[in-house]
Amino acid sequence: MTAPLPEVLLVEDDAQIRRFIRATLPSHGMRLLEAATAKEALAQAATRTPDVVLLDLGLPDADGLDVIRGLREWSAIPIIVISARGLERDKVTALDAGADDYLTKPFGVEELLARLRVALRHRQAGRSGAPTVFAGGGLQIDLAGHLVRLDGQEVRLTPTEFKLLAVLVRHAGKVVTHRQLLLEVWGPGAASNTHYLRVQMHGLRHKLEAEPARPRLLLTEPGVGYRLRDEPGLPPAPGGQGSEV
Amino acid sequence: MRDELRPDPDALLAKLKREERTSGRGRLHVFFGASAGVGKTYAMLQAAHDRLREKVDVVVGHVDTHGRPETAALVEGLPSLPPREAPYRGKTVREFDLDAALQRRPRLLLVDELAHTNVPGSRHERRFQDVEELLAAGIDVYTTLNVQHLESLNDVVAQVTGVVVRETVPDSVVESADEVELIDLPPDELLARLREGKVYVADQADRALSGFFRKSNLMALRELALRATADRVDEQVQVYRRAEAKQRTWPITEKLLVCISPSPSALRVVRAGRRLARRLRADWTVLYLEQPRHFSLGRRDRDYAAQAMRAAETLGGETVTLAGHDAVGEILRYARDNNFSRIVVGKPGRFWRLRDVFAGSFVARLAERSGDIDVFIVHGGREKEAARPRAQEPGPPPIDWTRYGWSAATVAACTVLIALLQADLGLANQIMIYLVGVVFVAHRWGRGPSILASVLSVAVFDFLFVPPVYTFNISDTEYAVTFVVMLVVGILISTLTVRVQEAAEMARQRERRTSALYSLSRELASSRNLDPMIAAVRRHVLNLFGAETAVFLTLDDDGLVLRGEGEAPSFAKDSKEAAVAQWVHQHSQPAGQGTATLSGAAALYLPLTGSRGPVGVLAIHFGPGAGDPGTDQMHLLEAFASQTALALERALLAREAHRQRLAVEGEKLRNAILAAVSHDLRTPLASIAGAASSLEASGERLDPQARRELVLTIHEEADRMVRLANNLLEMGRLQSGTVALRRDWQPIEEVFGSALHALEGPIGSRRVDVRVPKDLPLVSFDEVLIERVLFNLLENALRYTPAGSPLEIAASPRDGEILVEILDRGPGITPGEEERIFEKFFRGEAARAGHGAGLGLAVARAIVEAHGGRIWVENRPGGGAAFRFTLPIQGEPPAVTDENAAGALDAAGGGAS
Repeated sequence: MTAPLPEVLLVEDDAQIRRFIRATLPSHGMRLLEAATAKEALAQAATRTPDVVLLDLGLPDADGLDVIRGLREWSAIPIIVISARGLERDKVTALDAGADDYLTKPFGVEELLARLRVALRHRQAGRSGAPTVFAGGGLQIDLAGHLVRLDGQEVRLTPTEFKLLAVLVRHAGKVVTHRQLLLEVWGPGAASNTHYLRVQMHGLRHKLEAEPARPRLLLTEPGVGYRLRDEPGLPPAPGGQGSEV
Repeated sequence: MRDELRPDPDALLAKLKREERTSGRGRLHVFFGASAGVGKTYAMLQAAHDRLREKVDVVVGHVDTHGRPETAALVEGLPSLPPREAPYRGKTVREFDLDAALQRRPRLLLVDELAHTNVPGSRHERRFQDVEELLAAGIDVYTTLNVQHLESLNDVVAQVTGVVVRETVPDSVVESADEVELIDLPPDELLARLREGKVYVADQADRALSGFFRKSNLMALRELALRATADRVDEQVQVYRRAEAKQRTWPITEKLLVCISPSPSALRVVRAGRRLARRLRADWTVLYLEQPRHFSLGRRDRDYAAQAMRAAETLGGETVTLAGHDAVGEILRYARDNNFSRIVVGKPGRFWRLRDVFAGSFVARLAERSGDIDVFIVHGGREKEAARPRAQEPGPPPIDWTRYGWSAATVAACTVLIALLQADLGLANQIMIYLVGVVFVAHRWGRGPSILASVLSVAVFDFLFVPPVYTFNISDTEYAVTFVVMLVVGILISTLTVRVQEAAEMARQRERRTSALYSLSRELASSRNLDPMIAAVRRHVLNLFGAETAVFLTLDDDGLVLRGEGEAPSFAKDSKEAAVAQWVHQHSQPAGQGTATLSGAAALYLPLTGSRGPVGVLAIHFGPGAGDPGTDQMHLLEAFASQTALALERALLAREAHRQRLAVEGEKLRNAILAAVSHDLRTPLASIAGAASSLEASGERLDPQARRELVLTIHEEADRMVRLANNLLEMGRLQSGTVALRRDWQPIEEVFGSALHALEGPIGSRRVDVRVPKDLPLVSFDEVLIERVLFNLLENALRYTPAGSPLEIAASPRDGEILVEILDRGPGITPGEEERIFEKFFRGEAARAGHGAGLGLAVARAIVEAHGGRIWVENRPGGGAAFRFTLPIQGEPPAVTDENAAGALDAAGGGAS
């Protein structure tokens, strides 16, 4: 492990939240850069080229969306936005504007680290192309081979279900908005037909989840989209236990 | 007697009222003269200079120097307002600028020529109205006036000089003046000045009337002016004496009743009555008796009466309108009932009336039956047309000759009938047939045609049936008697018939008015809210007058606003019209179409004055071509306005009371919420602060177990605050009504999963069974909000049931809705709390010992209800509680093609492309 420690740029105007993250990250093998304003954030991002950006949407000098757009003009760096509950619209807007994932305030360290890890993994994978295989929770997926196995058993999927699953695998661990899914699976004409998506997801869960109403892999992010849970060490067979702490 | 010397309380009160009325009001000083040229303007300017020297803020509002150098020199030395330039008939007229004066607000303003008529399009028709507004605004005014412009002396002046003056000023204006200064110049001197060209004569027309400046005229005018001033001085002395009770000189109040008829002389009678009343120091009332004729009169005649009534009001008299047939009886009854000691009537008009022949003239009958009441008969000759107001008046309605044609035709028909039956009929019955014809004509076509029918019948009867036939000669002189009787009977019958009809018509009209008012007031009474009331007024005015209505109201301290902008007729949205309404509201006086103020406005504006002051303004728009409202209409509209005002005032008071009650209730609720929230915020904050400070102070000395306990406390309490904050915010958003549901068609399972996922930590190793039938229909809901419902219900269940007890979530289809259940095996709900548990900040018996604001269930209920569903709780058989809610499946779920049904492909094959 001689690779340099990953650098996280935290853009947040609240000093207490900066302090809490500052105290946490180094012990988990990450370095922290801090910015309190949008201007500072763009300057830091350009000069220090961090590996991931943690961006609070409520900044004093500008809209967080402007920071996302500014960064996306020249960089594919993963951006995780931080926003409050009840502002699902803002999250979706940020995600559709190019953010990679989000965290809802208040969040715990576990959640923060999980998001950062996924983002860093995609950052590394991004250099060699999006992932095409997935394994976790007893599920094995090989997109190239059009292969889906649950607990070793091959699962039959409809073409649409497979396309949907493929999009989620390529973004494994990250949230994918309804809009993104609809565009990638159904095309631009269906961007508002959310119920297509819901019905297909329903079908997919019934084929891939032991308890479709308590999914462990195909998670719903209410008001935002879906996420394929991608955590190392997720036990293969659920025994009525979902706790992870 | 000491009593005699005590001040009359009424008089004192009156004096106090006068002083009160005048305090805060500007003072009016009138420079009064007998005619042009006596030097009123000059005297006024000199007085202004004196005041200027006393450092009073004097401004010349408007003074016409008529090119006289010495007057001009006086004006030069005073600050002046620039005149307003108003276009009039292609020329530019320089007018007094009222708004500039109100803006400038000097202490004292000079406005020449009180009797001046403003250019059309000015705010007021007359300058004295401008002055009235200045006084009301607290500005002192100096002005000038000639005696011939005084309303009550107008016709006397006309009699003396033969010149009719059109521009008159109501006596009340001059009477309420604080100072009237007589500027006197002996006629000889005036004539000398005239010869020297020092007196300005207005224009060619006046020059033609230079006969006006004859010595005899000037003497008469001077006498009038002197007497008017002396009367005023005398009255002041009386008032002073009464107030000071030096001596009781005041006789028991005389009351004078002035009776008018709808004729051109009415105005003259009113003026004469007023003069008499003043001389007698009597209270006076003008009575107009609406006779059946009233409704068959032309508008012009009715306006004579209305104009006289208005004049009476401006001259300070009271006015009464009565209806009845027997004029003499009605007048005397009214006079006796109200203790009138004298009656004034005009001399009978020019017409000879049948009734006068039989019963004596009106005046004679009145005098005969008046008993102890004095009757004064004043000259009631025709007023000169020139004295009539300049308003355009329609002529009498044209005679409808077809009615006379029908009359002749009826006589012809009777004749044919008689000719056919001649063999069987005696002369007496032939006459009867004609009489039937006359009655028929009277019934159908009224008085004139029926008289024609009577005369024609006699003539035709004579010519055709009375021997010798085909001549107008008669063989027997007895026939002459027959004819006379036939004629008289015919005319009498027709008169009676017509009168009965007129009486019926009058009753009908009155009935219509009364019932209009009654139905309006009933409708107003049945409503408690503003908008239905306004709608009712609008509907009634439209039905009765065919006019559009708008109501302006003063609501919530926003000033005067058009109510119901959406439905209001378009005229009311014009800002100019709104300004008229504003003026009416401020001055509590009617204005606009058909009045003397701002008559260029598109509508008539009536102030709505309730018992506690102005409420708003009623605007009535008669539409183009409808003409000005008549007097009858005006009276009815005013009655409407007062009914409306009272009703609206009631509604406004109710509104205010309601608002205060809401405020009180809101305050109570706010206090309860504040108390609950502060408790629920402080408790976790205290634990967090305590645990944190303990860690900070003695972290190293604590054993790992204790430290872990403290950290856990901080974490759990913080979570608790997060939940509270979320629920508070959610509740706030839901209650503020700003939450728009973002409904989507989706399976209910979607939110089951995410709610359970969000609660993974608290659920821990508890068993949670989820039961959802595979074919459950899609339902349309807002997933973020419904997830919140499930989260709150599950959290509630987790908190109030013993650790390790199982939970169950189930969904099932019902008729047109989906039922969702969260079932536990806890202690259940205390009976009686099933409803209250969903109220804000209510905690069940089980919860009281523990903690957590009682908001979660209230939020759940608000969300479910916003979706049109129901939420409730029951105890389960076998123990535990069942929280249930429903979500209606509204409409048809969108069709989705099921690829699985078409034959599922395996992943390998299906994806190949």
